[in-house]
Amino acid sequence: MALEKHRNILDYTLQALLRRKFKNIGIILVFTFVIFMLSSILFLSYSLRQEAHLILQDSPEIVVQKMRAGRHELIPINLEKDIRKIPGVSSTEPRYWGYYYDSGAKANYTILGIGTAILKNNRLLNGRMPLPHEKNVAAIGRGIADVRIIKKDIGSTLYLQAADGRWMNFNIIGIFESDSEIITSDLIIISEDDFKILNNMPEGMATDLIVHVSNETEIPTVAKKVKEQFPDSRPILRDEIIRTYDAVFGWRSGLIITLFTGALIAFIILAWDKATGLSAEEKQEIGILKAIGWETSDVLEMKFWEGLVISLTSFISGLILAYVHIFFLGASLFAPALKGWSVIYPDFKLTPFIDFYQIATLTAITIVPYIASTIIPSWKASITDPDTVMRG
Amino acid sequence: MILHPGVISLIIGSGIVLLLVMFASALGIKITRGWDIKSSSEEQLSFERKTYLISTLVQYALSFEILSIFLFIYTAEDIHTLLVGAMCATGSLNANSFGFPTLYVKVVAFFVSAAWIAINHLDNKAQDYPLIKIKYRLLIAVLAILIIEFILQLQYFLRINPNVITSCCGVMFSEKGKGLVSSLTAAPILPAEILFYSLLGIMIANGIAVHKTQKKSFTYLFSIFSFIFFIASVIAIISFISLYFYQLPTHHCPFDILQKEYYYAGYPLYAALFTGSFFGMMIGIIEPFKKIASMTPIILQAQRRWALYAIIGLIVFALIASAPMILLPFKLY
Repeated sequence: MALEKHRNILDYTLQALLRRKFKNIGIILVFTFVIFMLSSILFLSYSLRQEAHLILQDSPEIVVQKMRAGRHELIPINLEKDIRKIPGVSSTEPRYWGYYYDSGAKANYTILGIGTAILKNNRLLNGRMPLPHEKNVAAIGRGIADVRIIKKDIGSTLYLQAADGRWMNFNIIGIFESDSEIITSDLIIISEDDFKILNNMPEGMATDLIVHVSNETEIPTVAKKVKEQFPDSRPILRDEIIRTYDAVFGWRSGLIITLFTGALIAFIILAWDKATGLSAEEKQEIGILKAIGWETSDVLEMKFWEGLVISLTSFISGLILAYVHIFFLGASLFAPALKGWSVIYPDFKLTPFIDFYQIATLTAITIVPYIASTIIPSWKASITDPDTVMRG
Repeated sequence: MILHPGVISLIIGSGIVLLLVMFASALGIKITRGWDIKSSSEEQLSFERKTYLISTLVQYALSFEILSIFLFIYTAEDIHTLLVGAMCATGSLNANSFGFPTLYVKVVAFFVSAAWIAINHLDNKAQDYPLIKIKYRLLIAVLAILIIEFILQLQYFLRINPNVITSCCGVMFSEKGKGLVSSLTAAPILPAEILFYSLLGIMIANGIAVHKTQKKSFTYLFSIFSFIFFIASVIAIISFISLYFYQLPTHHCPFDILQKEYYYAGYPLYAALFTGSFFGMMIGIIEPFKKIASMTPIILQAQRRWALYAIIGLIVFALIASAPMILLPFKLY
């Protein structure tokens, strides 16, 4: 039976590989490392993308910002009325948010003054959210609680310096759970009123406006109308944000992979070298095989199995290691390159996300060059003349 | 656009394959120049040895070609979010005029390199390598196709402009649009179904005839029918088979069935279609080789066997395509 023959050749290959353990383990280790690096990058960037998609799904369809001299400025709230009149707009809402630099912790916080809408969404909160007009209370992210020198917890006080130099104290009434760290790690939520005092914001102004549009196909039209009515505004679409995230993650991971091609090429040269430099023992082995009736094509097949066994072993162990690295160990090696740099690092666990596409991409970058580099050396080995090698 | 993991892997892979096939063709030309089966010179011996290298190289190129078709569709799928208005692979492929040509050339490259391997396989069975010249001339054709593929693919990715508004599959494969594809989807479904299934019936009958007798008229006919059937099936997938998979009377996309949401049904579907049509077409292509004395029994045997493979492939394809029509509650009329 033809199948039996292939099975026997595979069997022989495995035995031969085991006999030359050390030479092959070297190759497998290096190959595993290369695959581990590349797949870590891919896994990480894809799950970050996925995470961004999940978060942005619930974000408002359009954010309207006011621009002056090309810079983002506070927006008058009374624009809301006019925007709400545009057909297709289901609701609008002012947002109050900004950054706060804490010179003690050398970190930037994101401060959000809340209106009514966010109140419902407090599943991830330990404690409660401030009410829209409640004074001197705050809900903070786990990252802030940890970075302040004295551990802050519910019941203790957070001091922030207001725009006029006064110190404001906030009772901590809620802390976000670590599950949501990617969004909430550096977040401080205070009431709208407190936010205005803290930042000395003029009445009737907001940081930006969010516009909800029920019908997704109408979003670009609504955005166009906003832009026409208020030429000094900048409508930002949710799709644009998602697209930008995708482009950034794709580009960053592509860049790192390109940097790694150096390592990949080095590995391929190693593989080529190992495959070319047959030891006298191996040559003799092939010579004997041919003398006892193996054909050139059989030796080639053996070499093919050898390449497949080595690359699959490395591929699978590289993938598993990368999986553990990214999804259990928090991607400690690459996170700085892909996430950006902020002092308060969200220490989050990524949701595992792997698909065919990533595997196919990895195969094309790693296994394809490896096998390609071994074809010619394998052929050279397989055409060995039995009598020349056996004579020594 | 170039710095995307999928794009990098496609370009690296195609580049490597191109180099290998270029090397193989160079060897092939050298071999055809000096080939003399009766000679027992050292040169002839080295030529005969090099044939092994060439076939390994092309086999390798073919396996990458298969991977690359899917990788290409997947990459197109993946970058659709970067393009305004694109909602799936179709939108990305439409982003510039190189997208669909690249896909078509990839399919052609797949068929031609598979044909080369099949012919090589037959040639190796005969004692005197009767097809060696044809084989290596065909190899140059493979090389030409791969070069075109590489250039088109590179152009496609280089020219993708993430801000161009493209039509998504909802537009292109919807009935309102203009152009060939839209007119296919607008075709009335019942006649299209009747046409598809009667063509399938003819194919199976013809295949059985080839399996039994291997007469010249049957084999050529089967080849032509296989080609027509391949095109007809792609049309059928766009026009009605996909509707049953998506259970939506308006969604005609041929790529979405490859996705997880549809249980990857597209893979076995396309695999069966490609295998069936490939063996079907090969039967007629190898017919002229029957005249060579040393090839006659080999060709006859191959035709009998391949006819069987073709029939099995097509039946599997038809079964997978029909399964949602029969098993799922969705009905078009």
